[in-house]
Amino acid sequence: MWEKLQHQIMKYFVIEGRSDWWLNGLKTTLLVTILALAVGVVLGFAIALIRSTYEKSGKLKILNFICKIYLTVIRGTPSMIQLLIFYFIIFASVRVDEIIVGGIAFGVNSGAYVAEIVRSGIMSIDKGQTEAGRSLGLNYVQTMRLIIMPQAFKNVLPALINEMIVLLKETAIIGYIGTVDITKAASLVQSRTYSAYVPLFSAAIFYLVLVSILTYFMGRLERRLRKNEQ
Amino acid sequence: MSNKGNVLLQVQGLQKQFGDNMVLDGITTDICQGEVVAIIGPSGSGKSTFLRSLNLLEVPTGGRILFEGVDITDPKVDINRHRQKIGMVFQQFNLFPHMTVKENIMLAPVNLKLMTKEEAERRALELLKRVGLPDKADAYPGSLSGGQKQRIAIARALAMNPDVMLFDEPTSALDPEMVGEVLEIMKELAADGMTMVVVTHEMGFAREVATRVVFIDGGKIQEENTPKEFFSNPKNPRLKDFLSKVL
Repeated sequence: MWEKLQHQIMKYFVIEGRSDWWLNGLKTTLLVTILALAVGVVLGFAIALIRSTYEKSGKLKILNFICKIYLTVIRGTPSMIQLLIFYFIIFASVRVDEIIVGGIAFGVNSGAYVAEIVRSGIMSIDKGQTEAGRSLGLNYVQTMRLIIMPQAFKNVLPALINEMIVLLKETAIIGYIGTVDITKAASLVQSRTYSAYVPLFSAAIFYLVLVSILTYFMGRLERRLRKNEQ
Repeated sequence: MSNKGNVLLQVQGLQKQFGDNMVLDGITTDICQGEVVAIIGPSGSGKSTFLRSLNLLEVPTGGRILFEGVDITDPKVDINRHRQKIGMVFQQFNLFPHMTVKENIMLAPVNLKLMTKEEAERRALELLKRVGLPDKADAYPGSLSGGQKQRIAIARALAMNPDVMLFDEPTSALDPEMVGEVLEIMKELAADGMTMVVVTHEMGFAREVATRVVFIDGGKIQEENTPKEFFSNPKNPRLKDFLSKVL
């Protein structure tokens, strides 16, 4: 019994470089997700600020227009196609690591969703908060930074966590640009062992654990931020 | 209007138009140091818009406002600098819910680099004592009653050491039993010589505390006078009608 299990583990996870596939796959999934998260959050917050500034004051008209085109295109096309365009067209002539290309592609994709989430958060804060800040002599940027954004962030955190989970799982298509992530590792093991059961369920469990860890830490952050309120 | 100090705010032909709607139709008045001006009028008369124009929360579409001699309606003027000297208290308090009471009060002086953290903290505690809430320094606004929130909002505005305080219906959102505590603070402020412009429905406050009462209707000042004359001997027919309804 014990020997059989050991044999199975060796077969699916260790021999013929399979341990490297899994480990590299895990590393790739994590790196791409982290990079994409960073790109997405920066891009998303910047766009949300531009869009809400335009909506509130009518300033930044041209930037807002560019942002709207970006949102329309990104949300209106499959992330798979976006990834392929980034890899085979935009980064075709330069030698860049697939992980970085993937991170940028997924980040640019996620940024569109983050932008709309954050914008809705900014717009949901009562106008009186801005007026109170401005009446004290704070300028627009200070008011946004000190008063509006902290409240907006807290309000949209659940939606942002959701977007992070979606992003993490979305990276499963990165195998299409020739790098090995968890999904690709599973599919490689499957093709060598002629057995789908263990590799695919293993991949599913890997994702589930990663999502659970992410959810746990974000949930803690959310509770800590909520603690102070009414 | 007896012991008039220097003119703090000069309002000249102030107009505010929303689309086709002329909300302020040429308001001219001076507000002097130490004055307590109560502004009354029916709802929709433009009295709140007038008050909010004084620190440019509403940008006038015509006329000028001179604050300490500077035309603050001039787009080239750094309005943020002048707003530091014009405190404002809102009907809905507008405290910052993500900060403690103390942080609410310290926010502007510290971030505008007018005080160090320590100075601002000392000042906040002093102001909290003044508004009768010294034990609420570390509480969050969500745990306070309406009256307490408004007293904190007054303390927050005072932390900037303003030259004039604007009150936009400060007791209208309060439960009746809390109106008194807020009016009491305002009365003390007035007694300390603070220049105040108060949009209010509290006729008792206007009568007792104000040095001048202004009646706005239809976007115009219809009548202004000392409280005594204003209430005992109103001349404008609209004011007579208004007073007969509210008194």
